[in-house]
Amino acid sequence: MRRLFGVLRELARFKAALVGLVILSFIVGLAIYTVIAIPYGEAVRLWRGGEGVWRYNPVNAEPAWVNYFTPKRLPTTRILSSTRDAEVREEALGKTSRKVYITYTFDYRADVAPSELALVYKPVFEKKGPLVSVTWVTPDGREIKFGRMSIKSVSASGAFWYPISLDKQLIRRFGDQRVEEGFFNDPNDPTKVLKGTHKVVITAFLFEPEARIETELVLYGTVHGLAGTDHRRRDITIALMWGTPVALSFGLAAALGTMITSIIIAALGAWFGGWADSLVQRLTEIRMIIPTLPILIMVGMFFSKSIWAILATLLILNIIESSIKSYRAIFLQEKHAPYIEAARGYGAGHLRIVFRYLIPKIVPMLVPSFVLAVPGYVFLEAALAVLGLGDPVLPTWGKVLSDAYGKGALFQGHYYWVLEPAFMLMITGFGFTMIGYALDRIFNPRLREI
Amino acid sequence: MARASRSVRPKGRRIQSFLRLARYTLFRGFAVWIALVAGIFLTIIIANMGGYVDKIKIAQINETVSASVFMNPAYQHLTSEEKRELIQKLVQLEIERLELDKPFIRFDRYFWKSRAFRYLADALVFNLGFAENIHSTSGSKKVWVIIQERLPYSVLLFTTASLIVFFASIFVALILSRRYGSVWDRMSVSLAPLSTAPPWFYGIILIMIFAAQLRLLPFGGFVSIPPPKSIWAYALSVIEHMILPLSAWFISGIFAAVYSWRTFFLIYSSEDYVEMARAKGVPGRALERRYILRPTLPPIITGFALMLISAWMGAIITESVFNWPGLGSLYITAINGFDTPVIVGLTMIYAYLLGVTVFLLDFIYAIVDPRIKVGGGSTA
Repeated sequence: MRRLFGVLRELARFKAALVGLVILSFIVGLAIYTVIAIPYGEAVRLWRGGEGVWRYNPVNAEPAWVNYFTPKRLPTTRILSSTRDAEVREEALGKTSRKVYITYTFDYRADVAPSELALVYKPVFEKKGPLVSVTWVTPDGREIKFGRMSIKSVSASGAFWYPISLDKQLIRRFGDQRVEEGFFNDPNDPTKVLKGTHKVVITAFLFEPEARIETELVLYGTVHGLAGTDHRRRDITIALMWGTPVALSFGLAAALGTMITSIIIAALGAWFGGWADSLVQRLTEIRMIIPTLPILIMVGMFFSKSIWAILATLLILNIIESSIKSYRAIFLQEKHAPYIEAARGYGAGHLRIVFRYLIPKIVPMLVPSFVLAVPGYVFLEAALAVLGLGDPVLPTWGKVLSDAYGKGALFQGHYYWVLEPAFMLMITGFGFTMIGYALDRIFNPRLREI
Repeated sequence: MARASRSVRPKGRRIQSFLRLARYTLFRGFAVWIALVAGIFLTIIIANMGGYVDKIKIAQINETVSASVFMNPAYQHLTSEEKRELIQKLVQLEIERLELDKPFIRFDRYFWKSRAFRYLADALVFNLGFAENIHSTSGSKKVWVIIQERLPYSVLLFTTASLIVFFASIFVALILSRRYGSVWDRMSVSLAPLSTAPPWFYGIILIMIFAAQLRLLPFGGFVSIPPPKSIWAYALSVIEHMILPLSAWFISGIFAAVYSWRTFFLIYSSEDYVEMARAKGVPGRALERRYILRPTLPPIITGFALMLISAWMGAIITESVFNWPGLGSLYITAINGFDTPVIVGLTMIYAYLLGVTVFLLDFIYAIVDPRIKVGGGSTA
């Protein structure tokens, strides 16, 4: 323990290592927070949820903080509910029927039209559904009537979605403009939004005495939350957060597992010498020729894309690893050190010498290369995801990157979608390498002198 | 110095050292060959876990047999029911002939007759079978032909990239080690962490900046479409397409390489014999060449070997990001189309490439390592 503090104190002398420590503690903190705040099952449910879970999110919205950097004010999503944001008036028509007016009056002040418009009807009826229609009055006084239909059935959640943006009549009416732009832009200058008060009146005929209706008008924004959304309306924040524990555990487990087996094998080979040593050497040469990534790809294709299956394959492949050669060189030197002779003198057995003397002696020397190996595995996981072999259920950074790349984020200018997971990968890599290089100088005194 | 000593050396010793070199190379070649065979065998076993290779074979037999039955005019008069029966019979025969109904590996006297070893023999002579959907531009569905077509593209890009990074890093590292502690030196140390990200990662970022935002360079591909007619314009277009992948490779590789070579040279330049030479008044350049570079050549070559090997692996994803028509993109196409024979074939080819790389570098090693040429302590 005291030794650990000693190392930490020495690390603090290196500026880069301090930065690295700050980054790492942020990453570790985020990982712990994520696992507690969004349990595994919940994360998987949210990420696989698709439209059902994310219906109220815009498609491919930029993060909300983009607003601080652009002169234009970009809208966030607004959900106008008939129970809160509208005036509801009822008129009786005969004995059973009623006519309901739901009047939304809202200000629109953003510089860009919404990305999408939708109306959610939540009617309650037994046999005959309500007949609805919409009248939209824009700030310049245009009156647009649309969406006359009778609702025959509702989804399991009791809602009927009417995507205004996809209304054929409106698309024809606005011609080369998008539907949202048709409603919100100035007709005299179609490139600009006409700021002002919109009035949307929904008229519903209810044909049953017990029937009721509630509505929601959804103005989808062009920005959303901390990290924006992807092509399936999912909040990228979840993947960015959940990517942290996944990347850390994958990277650390792979680096640690690889290192432990390789050290033990190298030590045994170097200590016993003779055929054991040459066997280890030959196995290392065979290992060099086995193509790691292609085999991981095959495993991902044929067996399981689960991140744990990939990790297990990697660990099995890396039982013997090319770094055994360099470990062996160190062990061969250590083998003849006086303290080993002394241990043999008092009659220590072979395994005792290997595990209690040889290996503990060189472990500190290997701490830097362990720390430096972690980012490689973190990026490997991302690489497999980019190839389309990411874990099928878990949200990870690599999968966001792969989605973004596959859905043409670069062509369409959705840079945030690529940059956010890239940023997380990069700072994780930086954190580990900055500490790794500093540790290298602490543990290898020869580097410190020069 | 080297030339001088060689001319002094008698002819007999030269032949002797050549023989030693040849023996060493032969021995190493044999060792690499054994490792290669073992590596490919392991790959086959991994590929066939769950019987995937067998399934492919059976599917191929099914296809060829039914095609031949339907095409054959001799069977024209048969009803479709009869044809189906005939196909089934023929397929069963073929399966028995290829022993697909027997276990993959047998552990008896005839174990070498089991399929695992036959697949190994096939792989060793590049008999990699036929692709399911992918075909070469010449129309062939032979996996080996498809791979042959793509191989030069990969070799072109990644040997260029590796060579550039290798020589640039050694050159810069030498300069930096000469000016230890200067601003540039300290900067190179603090830039080293930039190399943690792999080339494909920088590739995506570079594409974003130079292709998507600035529209200066192409997003990817090998040559613009349609390809230019004149050879110069063609070459120019290829170079234009190579800039981004090469830069991605360069950025990802150079910083760590410079850092480690610099440290390496610094350690070697504090050796006693270097100090001695410096005290004798050997000029700086000669000192570097003879006293620092020469003895460090073998580890430098090992470094280059490891770099090339990682280049083959990294190439898969980098190529797919840049849509470079090499082996890597072929891999991706095969993955997306679930073209198993191509995937297994490519894995073999990668094993071969690694084997050849290891062997070639062993050979160069033998040429530059004086211990092999003049003979180690035991043989001298």
